[in-house]
Amino acid sequence: MIAQQYGLVGVFALIAFLFPIVTLAFTWLIRPKRPNPIKQSTYECGIETVGDAWVQFRAQYYLFALIFVVFDLEAIFLFPFAVAFNKVGWFALFEAILFVLMLFFGLIYAWKKGALEWQ
Amino acid sequence: MDLRSIGEAFIAWLQGLGIPQGWVLLINWLLGTLIILGFALTLALVLIWLERKLAGRIQDRLGPNRVGPFGLLQPIADALKLLTKEDITPADADRITYNLAPIIAVFHILMMFAVIPFADRVVGANINVGVLYLMAFGALGTMAMLMAGWASRNKYALLGGFRVVAQLFSYEIPIAMVMMIPVLLVGSMNLNEIARGQGSLFGLGWFVWVMPAAFLLYLVAALAEGERAPFDLLEAESEIVAGYNIEYSAMKFAWFYLAFFLNTWILSAVAATLFLGGWQGPFVDRIPALGVVYFFGKTFFMFFLFAWIRATFPRLRIDQMMAFCWKVLVPMSLALLLGAAILVKLGQQLAWPFAVTGGLLFVMNVVVLLVTLSLLGRYTRTLHQQQNKRLFTPELPRL
Repeated sequence: MIAQQYGLVGVFALIAFLFPIVTLAFTWLIRPKRPNPIKQSTYECGIETVGDAWVQFRAQYYLFALIFVVFDLEAIFLFPFAVAFNKVGWFALFEAILFVLMLFFGLIYAWKKGALEWQ
Repeated sequence: MDLRSIGEAFIAWLQGLGIPQGWVLLINWLLGTLIILGFALTLALVLIWLERKLAGRIQDRLGPNRVGPFGLLQPIADALKLLTKEDITPADADRITYNLAPIIAVFHILMMFAVIPFADRVVGANINVGVLYLMAFGALGTMAMLMAGWASRNKYALLGGFRVVAQLFSYEIPIAMVMMIPVLLVGSMNLNEIARGQGSLFGLGWFVWVMPAAFLLYLVAALAEGERAPFDLLEAESEIVAGYNIEYSAMKFAWFYLAFFLNTWILSAVAATLFLGGWQGPFVDRIPALGVVYFFGKTFFMFFLFAWIRATFPRLRIDQMMAFCWKVLVPMSLALLLGAAILVKLGQQLAWPFAVTGGLLFVMNVVVLLVTLSLLGRYTRTLHQQQNKRLFTPELPRL
């Protein structure tokens, strides 16, 4: 029964991925194709870009990404806990609380260190 | 009247024709896929019309009214126009990533339609990890936008792409925590089971009544996840022109546009399923087909709410938005999750009826909400006082 459901997901994924490709191929057949260097320049209708866009950027984004990874992993670990919640006892609940609190103190640490300030 | 029985009758009919079991399954999957995909693409056209018309009316305009009755054919005209437009790829762009991004954007949003339960067991794939599946494909959409922003090799697009990372990833934390609460209450990640678990107490079992603060939190985080005002920082026209999709034209732009509207609908559908009882409603156990009506009613109500907010509110500043997520929503969602876990466990151990547990959960939610609001209010007051001190006070002219 479960394999049947995932079979649909597989077929769905295949068609959902092919569909935009096929549509783009179709528009490639019917659309005009008259490229020229001006049209293909970056930010065509605006002021010319000064320098390359692929430059070093601020570490701030990395900082947020790191905190995100920590908390997202927490969510991934908590989902099985939430599913099995009816079957586990007080001990598992205590452990989950400890787990969440540890990350919560991590968040407070990051907060106090100023990692959450957007400048 | 049961939609599910139509599907089962169809399978029985195919088997009666003497087709081997494997082919019957494959035909069934293909048919289900095509129905859901066709539905999703038609829905996108309807949603675009609906949102434009609603925004028009709210802002005292007419909205689309030229093509067809009430402008109903406007999205079709737009789609045809976009189909025949020239597609420009900037010479400097990273071609593979640039072309892959809109495809992934459409792919991720269509995949999410596969697990939404439209009525009891009327669902593409009734899988047992539904909530996790939705989160996984939701994160894939962020990837598509980052790819688009990076590959365009345009400074505005790159800034938009980075804002996507900052905003959508940040708001994914509270939304994941809040989506975990219905999972905790029901004990299953299957979306159909979660909708079924809200059937008790004649509609008072909906998790929006049990966990109102969690629902509000989901609403706010969903506004950010759906890139909608007041959180549409990543496409702020006045700051970064259009954000990650600035270099896209023709059909590739249309795919991003479609993904944006369907994303809002999916967020509404998830809100309806997790908090508003999904297909639950009066008489749904006797006439299962009514579930479709209830589900769409709730989903379009949520969509209307999102469109209303988008047409009404101004945009936030990016530092305000990030601070609001990490300093308000994340601690609040953790508090709600832990409170719900402790109360539900207590209720199980002491064998309380659901009404008692639900009532206590409600009280806990109200307390968390009030504490959060009072802390926010106090913070805002101190901020105002500081600003008032710094205000420039001109000298009065001497008479």
